[in-house]
Amino acid sequence: MTLALKNVSLRVDGLMHIYDTSIELVPNGFNILLGTTLAGKTTLMRLMAGLVVPTHGEVWFNGVDVTGVAVQKRNVSMVYQQFINYPNMSVFDNIASPLRLARYNKDEIKQRVSEVARLLRLDPFLKRKPSELSGGQQQRCAMARALVKDSDLVLLDEPLANLDYKLREELREELPRLFATRERTVVYATTEPSEALLLGGYTAAMDEGRITQFGPTGEIYRRPADRVTASVFSDPPINTVAVRKHGARFTVIGSDAGWRVCDAFTRVADGEYEFAVRPHHVRPANGVADGAIVEGKVLVAEISGSESTVHFDMHGQSWVSLTHGIHCFNVGQTARFLIDIDHSMLFSMAGELVAAQGG
Amino acid sequence: MKTRNQKAWFLVAPVVLLVAFNAVIPLMTVVNYSVQETFGDNLFFFEGMKWFEEVLSSERFHDSLIRQLKFTFIILAIQVPLGVAIALAMPRKGFWASVCLVLMAMPLLIPWNVVGAMWNIFALPDIGLLGKTLNAMGIDYNFTRQPFAAWATLIAMDVWHWTSLVVLLSYAGLSSIPDAYYQAARIDGASAWAVFRYIQLPKLKHVLTIAVLLRFMDSFNIYTEPFVLTGGGPGNTTTLLSLDLVKIALGQFDLGPAAAMSLVYFLIILLFSWIFYTVMTRGEDK
Repeated sequence: MTLALKNVSLRVDGLMHIYDTSIELVPNGFNILLGTTLAGKTTLMRLMAGLVVPTHGEVWFNGVDVTGVAVQKRNVSMVYQQFINYPNMSVFDNIASPLRLARYNKDEIKQRVSEVARLLRLDPFLKRKPSELSGGQQQRCAMARALVKDSDLVLLDEPLANLDYKLREELREELPRLFATRERTVVYATTEPSEALLLGGYTAAMDEGRITQFGPTGEIYRRPADRVTASVFSDPPINTVAVRKHGARFTVIGSDAGWRVCDAFTRVADGEYEFAVRPHHVRPANGVADGAIVEGKVLVAEISGSESTVHFDMHGQSWVSLTHGIHCFNVGQTARFLIDIDHSMLFSMAGELVAAQGG
Repeated sequence: MKTRNQKAWFLVAPVVLLVAFNAVIPLMTVVNYSVQETFGDNLFFFEGMKWFEEVLSSERFHDSLIRQLKFTFIILAIQVPLGVAIALAMPRKGFWASVCLVLMAMPLLIPWNVVGAMWNIFALPDIGLLGKTLNAMGIDYNFTRQPFAAWATLIAMDVWHWTSLVVLLSYAGLSSIPDAYYQAARIDGASAWAVFRYIQLPKLKHVLTIAVLLRFMDSFNIYTEPFVLTGGGPGNTTTLLSLDLVKIALGQFDLGPAAAMSLVYFLIILLFSWIFYTVMTRGEDK
């Protein structure tokens, strides 16, 4: 099955929700929409499903233009952040409902429902009402409704966001396996870069109603095409600072601080760039004398579990260092941090990727 | 040893006093009256269950109770479905949603005796807009003479006055259903009826339970509007329980029977409400 959006845009009440967007989903693949809240992920999914008609552009489904075709004629299914089930039907009837509406016969309904219920470990609860299930089971019931139908396109809109940490981990592991059993294209929206990396597949980074880049997830993580994509794909946000390259050295513009240019960037022409490094590649320089060391005033220091997050002032930019282990800092003190220059990126002042090393 | 802080009593005192003077003491006074014979000069004689036996076996009480149940059943049967239907038809957002809400809230804001007076004038066969129009159309209509016309007017007035309450409650219930439910139903290809039957109605269940309870209890308490509109007439045909009660208590000053009757009446409301609530909320999350 194939789905392509061709120059699709959506304007509602004079406001642009989706800017001119073209994307061809990877057939039978796991496609992730990654972006912050209000980036347009849900809207794009609704366009793909046919729940809304684009203002401009075309939606092509299996090689046919389906732009104006109603959603129920498109063989799609969708799972939402909220646990959407029919409240007064049993789990069995809930899972069976799409089949009943599609007029399958009784035996086939029974066989398919029990098959999907087994897959999602819902078989002990078939007689219960959704309100008698835990959150994770309710969401599995909603997923079962999406899976039972054999749809060509499955849209999952932040399906794990309302679950607690442990259930989220559990379902996240199951997800790719569940959807790999049949030939179908999956679109999965998430706000979490780590979730996208765990799920693998292909990722479309979204920002303010635009897809900034689409490609294999790892590839986009390592080589984001521009600064916006890099910040979408970094949590906490990626650290950036304007630098001037001259020869083998970067100098922070407006200060004396600087460091050696790493191997991958040596061929880059001298000039002004935006240097970017992810928070987990900036660590406290405890006793390290050598390397790309910068100094900054600590703004916030948090320790959560086994990780330390330190926000510090990097020559006017707020930077974040995220490291394993417990590192204690006092707010207001000046501390030294070591930048891992082998995992950094260089963007032009206009935001285009110039070079990247190590992701 | 720990000293116990007695300050908490001061904090609950206002509520205790309010409930005591508002509900408990009046109710106990009624209980007290219900077992005594009253004479002038504050003379009371204990009579035991006499008044209760008298009330329960009196034809007059049976008649007004039946009238009351009929009235309650008819207005519930009209107001609940009508209220839900109007709520479904109302726009969900924008300018017209506000207009509809204001229009719907209006009947609820009008004082009850004014509603009665309005409908009385509206329905008068000689000068009222409704009465005169009906008669001009060749329909013989006079609510002060014909029992059926009196009933129809009474019910029309109550529907006009109170359907809004059901509408507003249902509208609030409908607005709380996340949009994702409707989308999910659309993706499934569910019909408008299926959406109503399997999404909206189950989600409205709690709201409607409250709406029916409120309307049930209120319809038993209705007094001012029928009093102003028909005064219980023609004859006794629209004398509902509360009208009858007031006639006995104030008109004839039979405090004993009136008190016994109010208690019976109170227990009926309590019993019906309890049964209804238990049935509606049966089998839910404990």
